Amino acid sequence: MTPVTTSHPLVAIAGNPNVGKTSIFNRLTGLDLKVTNYPGVTVERHEGHLHLPDGSQVTVIDIPGTYSLSGRSAEEQIAIAAIAGLPPHHSPDLLVMTIDASQLSRNLYLLLQALELNVPTIVALTMTDTLAQRDQTLDLEHLRAALGIPVVEVVGHRGRGMDELRAQISQALTKPGQALPGWRWRPEDPALLEDIDQVSCHIPDSWAQGDQDRAWALGIWALLSLDEDDELIGIPDSLRAIARERREAAVEQGREIEQAVISGRYAWIDEHAAPALHSASEKKSRTERIDSVLLHPAFGFMFFLMAMIALFQALFSWADPAIGFVETVFAAISSGVAAVMPHSLFRDFLTDGVIAGVGAVLVFLPQILLLFFIIGLMEDTGYMARVAFIMDRLMRRIGLHGRAFVPMLSGYACAVPAVMATRTMERRRDRMITMMVIPLMSCSARLPVYTLLIAALFAPTRLLGLPVQGLLMVAMYLFSTAIALIAAGILGRTVFRGARVPLLLELPAYRRPHWGSVVRMMWQRASLFVREAGQVILVCTIVLWVLLTFPRHPSLDTDYDALRDQVSTGQQLDGAQRELRLAELDDQEGQEIFLRSYGARLGHVIEPTIEPLGFDWKIGIGLIGAFAAREVFVSTLGVVYGVEADADENSTTLREKLRAETRPDGSRAYTPLVALSLMVFIALSCQCMSTLAAVYRETGTMRWPLFMFAYMTTLAWLASLAVYQGGLLLGYA
Amino acid sequence: MTNLSEIPVGIHARVVEIGGERSFRRRLMEMGLLPGTIIRVIRHARVGGLVQLEVRGCHLSLRHSEARALTLQPA
Repeated sequence: MTPVTTSHPLVAIAGNPNVGKTSIFNRLTGLDLKVTNYPGVTVERHEGHLHLPDGSQVTVIDIPGTYSLSGRSAEEQIAIAAIAGLPPHHSPDLLVMTIDASQLSRNLYLLLQALELNVPTIVALTMTDTLAQRDQTLDLEHLRAALGIPVVEVVGHRGRGMDELRAQISQALTKPGQALPGWRWRPEDPALLEDIDQVSCHIPDSWAQGDQDRAWALGIWALLSLDEDDELIGIPDSLRAIARERREAAVEQGREIEQAVISGRYAWIDEHAAPALHSASEKKSRTERIDSVLLHPAFGFMFFLMAMIALFQALFSWADPAIGFVETVFAAISSGVAAVMPHSLFRDFLTDGVIAGVGAVLVFLPQILLLFFIIGLMEDTGYMARVAFIMDRLMRRIGLHGRAFVPMLSGYACAVPAVMATRTMERRRDRMITMMVIPLMSCSARLPVYTLLIAALFAPTRLLGLPVQGLLMVAMYLFSTAIALIAAGILGRTVFRGARVPLLLELPAYRRPHWGSVVRMMWQRASLFVREAGQVILVCTIVLWVLLTFPRHPSLDTDYDALRDQVSTGQQLDGAQRELRLAELDDQEGQEIFLRSYGARLGHVIEPTIEPLGFDWKIGIGLIGAFAAREVFVSTLGVVYGVEADADENSTTLREKLRAETRPDGSRAYTPLVALSLMVFIALSCQCMSTLAAVYRETGTMRWPLFMFAYMTTLAWLASLAVYQGGLLLGYA
Repeated sequence: MTNLSEIPVGIHARVVEIGGERSFRRRLMEMGLLPGTIIRVIRHARVGGLVQLEVRGCHLSLRHSEARALTLQPA
């Protein structure tokens, strides 16, 4: 997607992670927000509008938080490209650099890089309200004098200083010169100067825009960022070549370009700006005291376990009443519409296609809202970084970041919010691997399928004193978890191969959560899901409805109307029995019509491929129906076997039908072995359009949902094949 | 002279040399951890294999395996 052209001035808001940048963005732009993806990468671009005191309008973009403008990945490249306005990005007319007063030096490092690019910049100074807690004081005038640009003190979540910030933005846009101090330090080593000079000659004109300072800054950026295996995009070959040549020459001469540049910037900060911050005492900070409990080997781990159990409980159980409510409301709307409209194809389309589809989207909202509420709370308070700290060793074993833990855990409840939660990881590789294995965790929608099959086909006996049925259920969860972990390990070594990145984790200071931003993030995530993933889910529901509904009036083997007439007019049955017989006939007719639908015929089509797994075409229909949501497998089987229309996993009739069902050759269609093979298939396959829609939404291409579907189906097929054929070989039937 | 994975908790130490991969070194230095910088180890999480340290008022965490690449001396 290309950035929108706009006639309004462009203001970019940048800063380190965890400095309150987003609350400033939110305060400036209000609720009007446009979320798109940056070109070529799956990083969201947030754009909003600001009305200045003088009545003019400004477009505001939020630049992803970063510690530095240099970097090796395409994601990290966004910051430099958006701030410097490298094509296809527009040059911002003004940069608002958010700076955390309590971590002044490190924040100023990023500011210096922006100033070197000659982008008009003003500073929004945050966290000044937390200085007192740390016995620190800040000399604002000293800082202003040292930086030479406007500095506004703001407390984003309280809205303090926002009027002044707006006024400064307005002023800086009219007189950009005031916000343009340029380079604050100069490299002195002649050899380094020569390196920068040589490399800056190869900076494209469209990047440098005829400005020598910018060319130099971008030259330094190239020297620090480009290397043999970086993932940066759109870099001219000549620039790559010269940067490499100069770096190798420097190494031979025993010089370190990176260290010279970075030390140069920090030396300026230490001398000129850092003295503005005074620390009065050396006493342990509040954060350190909290950490001594929350990162304690025993207490910390217990707290972590409790927090994770609460998270899991929230998704698994607490969301249930809300989910039930959504389902009830949509069932009511559906029957309401059915009651007022005459029976017609259009009515069925409305109730079973459109209304059911919208319901299928909204039913995810309780879990999405809850998960993002908890994630928002963990991010805002600073606890999320501690989760990464505690889980690093375990997740590292399978090649993942400690932050992957929360999304993976959420996967046991539902893959859809879990896939969305991968967004909390910075590196694309971590995000992708986590996303790809989340649907392998046994979600709550698989539970009814396991329940039905276990209850129907395994006797309630005991093994070593333990109930076999319960053991099987536990085994399914352990099995799917083990496969997910193995899959993560394999994907990380194959499809998403990448250099192992050393961990460098910031543990931000603990803070009180800002409810406003937490709620805003919940709302944002939920509305993005409804708008983008929701469309896909709605379309899929309608397609499934068409498949399972057409042709409308197939010719049937049995004349049900005649049978009904017989029952109604006949004298053999009394009232209640008659009603029962009529209902039975309705179910049978529904079954026969259904078995002639395109979807059911697809069951026949896929039968040869699933036969080696022990499945017949009727199970095939169930698998197709399960696409709507895995638990639909159960109700689809209900229709297939002519049981009441909304059979659930506890339906004894359905269980009996399964046990009694035979194949044409008279053998039983469902044996414990078939059930096991089927459970393995359900556990590993990606029979869920909503998950695929969520992956599509997060990655922005069809490629990854297709890959996910392909690899999981293959995996499920092979595993079921091994179970069924292996079982046959061992003599189980 | 010792490496970061062996410095006792609470001791202030000066960074002498930073080893390891180029991009790792660059990221460390950009976070303000440069030769000459004084740091303080806050905690060694032996079970998790991580070290938590204070650099310029910020708390950072590294893995012990990677922390060995940093040479320091007591300040």
